[in-house]
Formats: sequence, structure tokens, C-alpha cells
Amino acid sequence: MFAVENLKHAYDGTEVLNVAAWRAEQGAQWLVIGPSGSGKTTLLHVLAGILRPSAGTVGVAGQDLAALGAQQLDRFRGQHIGIVLQRLHLIPSLRVMDNLLLAQYLAGLPQDRARAGEVLKTLDLAGKEAAYPHELSFGQAQRVAVARAVVNRPKLLLADEPTSNLDDARCLQALDLLQAMAAACAATLVIATHDQRIRARIPRHFELKAAA
Amino acid sequence: MNLATVSLSYLRARRLSTSLNVLLLALGIATITLLLLATSQLEERMQRDARGIDLVVGAKGSPMQIILSSIYQLDVPTGNVSWQQAQELARHRFVKKIIPLAMGDNYRGFRIVGTTHDYVAHYGARLAHGQLWKAPLEAVLGAEVAAGSGLSVGAHFAGAHGMGGGSEGEKVHDEHQYRVVGVLAPSGSVVDRIVLTSVESLWAVHAEQYDIKDIARIGELMSDEEKEYTALLIQYASPIAAASLPRYINQNSAMQAASPAYEITRLFTIIGVGVDVLRGFAVVLILAAGLSVFIALYNALSERRYDLAVMRALGASPAKLMSLMLFEGLLLALIGAAIGIALGHALTGLLGLALTQAKQVSVSGMTWVNEELWLIVLALGVGVVAALLPAWRAYRTDVAATLARG
Repeated sequence: MFAVENLKHAYDGTEVLNVAAWRAEQGAQWLVIGPSGSGKTTLLHVLAGILRPSAGTVGVAGQDLAALGAQQLDRFRGQHIGIVLQRLHLIPSLRVMDNLLLAQYLAGLPQDRARAGEVLKTLDLAGKEAAYPHELSFGQAQRVAVARAVVNRPKLLLADEPTSNLDDARCLQALDLLQAMAAACAATLVIATHDQRIRARIPRHFELKAAA
Repeated sequence: MNLATVSLSYLRARRLSTSLNVLLLALGIATITLLLLATSQLEERMQRDARGIDLVVGAKGSPMQIILSSIYQLDVPTGNVSWQQAQELARHRFVKKIIPLAMGDNYRGFRIVGTTHDYVAHYGARLAHGQLWKAPLEAVLGAEVAAGSGLSVGAHFAGAHGMGGGSEGEKVHDEHQYRVVGVLAPSGSVVDRIVLTSVESLWAVHAEQYDIKDIARIGELMSDEEKEYTALLIQYASPIAAASLPRYINQNSAMQAASPAYEITRLFTIIGVGVDVLRGFAVVLILAAGLSVFIALYNALSERRYDLAVMRALGASPAKLMSLMLFEGLLLALIGAAIGIALGHALTGLLGLALTQAKQVSVSGMTWVNEELWLIVLALGVGVVAALLPAWRAYRTDVAATLARG
């Protein structure tokens, strides 16, 4: 589904990421683990096409990301990659439904209220369509963030530290959610984490070493 | 969901800052709208009132005062001119038509002007009711006078001495009651604001040595030396007159000639200074609004750093973020311009109401001048310029770095 080779990224001459090779099948679920500063977030950004690596090749869903122009890459990301950020970052001035429609609009897809409503319903958010993000509990907000990431039926679902700062019960809930939603749209799931609690739940681990 | 919805949602989320920016811009636009409407209408009306009058002759004094008092019924007259000299002037070969005016009284602040039927014809005024005056002490009311006083055909009233400046204790000519014989339809000219009668009426009212019964024959009873006019409106027989007639009058008589065209231009030059000051003030307001919009958008940028990065992560191109900020500036400007122009028209309407009550040349808030389109363009320009730098910064958002920090 995706494959990276000889991936290197450097900031101001300091190498922050070095991956010789990694590939994942469609629908597979992976953890990216490693200590802070080992480049977990950077790797996620490279997979998402948010960051162009200094060297190496990245292919997602059969597409070589380096071959895409800036605007094509943005469009590709919007349509095929869903991202759940650690701090969620819902757009505070938009209602829940509009946050989902925004994801469709920015990806250049038709705005499908029925699809958005269906996703919200699956995530037990029916009735919250008109709420603003600040009116939601943390758990609800997290589910909206997941809903926004999967509303376009992505092929690749990325989550950056989705369970840090959560207690044990919520941690497992969040993980269940991500796994279920990824499975529902047959997306490959990649979770970057240093959370020991979820290691046992996902057997495939990709380990990054701390930068030298 | 589109850029407009997102922009609007951000504007709604920051209501206070949005209202302040809109208000600032609206005040500036309203001031300029008011100036545009008021000056264009005043100029148009003043030019219309003076149309076809080549020269005004009055007693020696300020030419501007002669024009203001005789054509616009605004200032007080400079004095009187003798009937005999007026007759001589009427025979001058350069004079095509002469309309005499006699003033000195008012009814509830509306001037009573003694003249000939030529005056009514000159302004193209039509009768709404009744007929024009035939005998002394018959009066015809301008449309605003009729509306303001409630008098109609058949009513009687007495004039008060003075030009209606509103001073207390004006002497009322009780013994000489005017009778209303006609009411004019609105003409949009100075005629609307005055009471018209014959010149003899004013002579009769002020010549108390004659018996009230002899009023009808007052013109015959008075000696030529006693008869006086306040001013004369003159139409030239030929364009050459402009070069010689004013000089001839000023040098060979006790009268003063004043050219309406010249004095109006001079008046607007003088008013122009005040208008320029107000306009400058409005421009400062608009610039302040632009600056305020800029600061608001710039601050919003740091608040929205993550929002912008998230939008990029959701597939938005940098150009889209740039348009988002530009659109927000444009939207603010458009709302400000719309409110400002509406406010400007409302203020002009209020000004018109006040001027009508003061019996002055009036303006209306219900007209539209093409320059207002330029005002909208100006406002939108200010909005875009204010949003340029924030838009550029949004364009340059470093998604990876911003998200990594969050």
C-alpha cells in the first residue's frame, strides 16, 4: 500500500529521520514507535505528503509522491489520506457538520451531507451536528476529529500520538475507534506513539531509533 | 461550505473586532457619501436656480450678498435700488428682460417676494390650485410654504417685517392682510420656499401714509421717487453685454451688478475648503479602518496558525489559504461599504429635513450618484490591501513545523 526507501530528512543539516525501507499492505495496521526525537512525527508528515523528504522515495497507494506537483500533492492528501492530530485541532468557528464538510470541500470532493451524517452516526455523534467544538466533551471532540479524518474514505489513516494524556479506559476507547474506522474503509492505519499501553493491541511495529 | 462560509464563520467568531472594523469603515464611507450627495445636489440646485439669469443688480454692497439674497433667498439684501434707475436700465439695448424683486417681509420665516408674473414663468412653476395674483395683497404660495404653513387658497395672513431670520419681536403688518389666491406645485427651485405677490403689495404694506382703501391704486398714487425695488434679475440681449453692462452699471449708477455664474463659482471655492477638510477627515477614518482590519487579520493569523495548518493537511493549497484571508478582508470591506453608503444616505436625508425646516436650499437622501460606485471600489481596495500581508503569511504557512509543535 505504501513503501518508503532510503528515506532521509534533515533540518538545518541535522538528520532527523533515516529509514532504509518500510512497506505496508492495504488494510494493515502499524505502530510507529521510538523515543521522543526519533522522528515519528516527521515520518508521519512524510507519509502524508505534508513534508517532502531530503532524500529517498515515498509511494502511497501506487503513487510516487515526489512525482506530484505542489497542488496535486495537496489534492492527493485531501482525497486519500486522513490525519488525526494529537491536539485534534477542529476549526473552532465551524460547527461539527461544517468541520466535516470542510474536509470534503478542501479535498476538492463533492460535499455529501448524507455521508458526513452517516460517519457522525457511526461515531455516536448523532445530534451533535450543529454543536461548536467548544461545546463538546473531549471524547466527543476526539470522535469528531476521527470522523473528519475518515469522511473522505481515505486509503491511509495516520494518527499522531492519539492516546497520550488519556487515562487507560479512554486510551483503549480511542484505539478501538481508530482501528474500527480504519477497518470500515479498508484503510491502512499508522499510529505514531510512545504509549506503552497500546503496543500489545497492534502487533506490527515499526521502530525508529533515536537520532545519533 | 466554501471560502465565504469559512470567512464568515471567523468574522462571526470575532464579533467585537468585526463590528469595530465595519463601523470604522462605515463611518468613513458615510461621511464621503454625505459630502458627495450634499455637494452634488447643492451645486445642481444652485445652478438650476440661477439658470437663465445673467446678471443681478442690487444696491451697492457685496456681490455675493446680492446673489445669495436675490436668487437663493438666503442672505439679507444689500439695500434698495430706485425705481427710476431700474426703468432706465430696462431700456438699455443690452437688456432683454428684467424681473424686479421687492423684499422686506416674511410669513413665519418664509420670505414674501414682490415680483412680476415673469418670475413664475422664468422658473417654470405651475399652479397647483387657484390663480396668479392680479391686485396688491393677493399672494401665491410656494409648495413648501403651503405645506409648512397649512394655508390654502382663500386664507388670510399678515406679513411680519424682516427677512425671517427668526428674531423676536418682529413688527407684524396686521392692518395689511394678504389673501391667498393660488398655490404653486413643487418645482424643486427657490420658488417653493417663498410667498409671491406683486411689487405693489410690498410698497403698500410699507407706505403707511396712504389709506388702506386706496391699496388697489397704490402704484399710481406713489411718486416715482418713492418707488423702490430690492433687486433686479436681468437677462442679456446678447453675449457682448457680459463685457460691458456690469461695468456700465457699476460706474454710472448707484447700483451694483453681480454675476451669478462668477459668484457661484466663488462660493463653491469657499465651501470647497470645508468640504476638503471633511473629506480629509473621512479619508483618515477609512485609512484607520484599513489599518484596523490589517491588525485584526494579522492577529487572527497567530490565533489561526493551527487552523491554517490543519486546512493544508486536509488538502487546501497555499493559494486557497491566501484567498481565505483576502476574502475575509473583502467581506469586511463590503459590509462596511454597504452600511456606510446606507448611513450616508440616511444622514443626507436627515440633513435635508433640517434644511427644509430652516427654509434653506434642501437636499434629498433618496438619490444616487455614480461616484458612490467608486466609493465601493475604494472600500474593497482598502480591504484587499489590508489583507495582503496576512494573506501572504497564510500562503507561507509551514504545515509540518506548525503541526509538529502542536
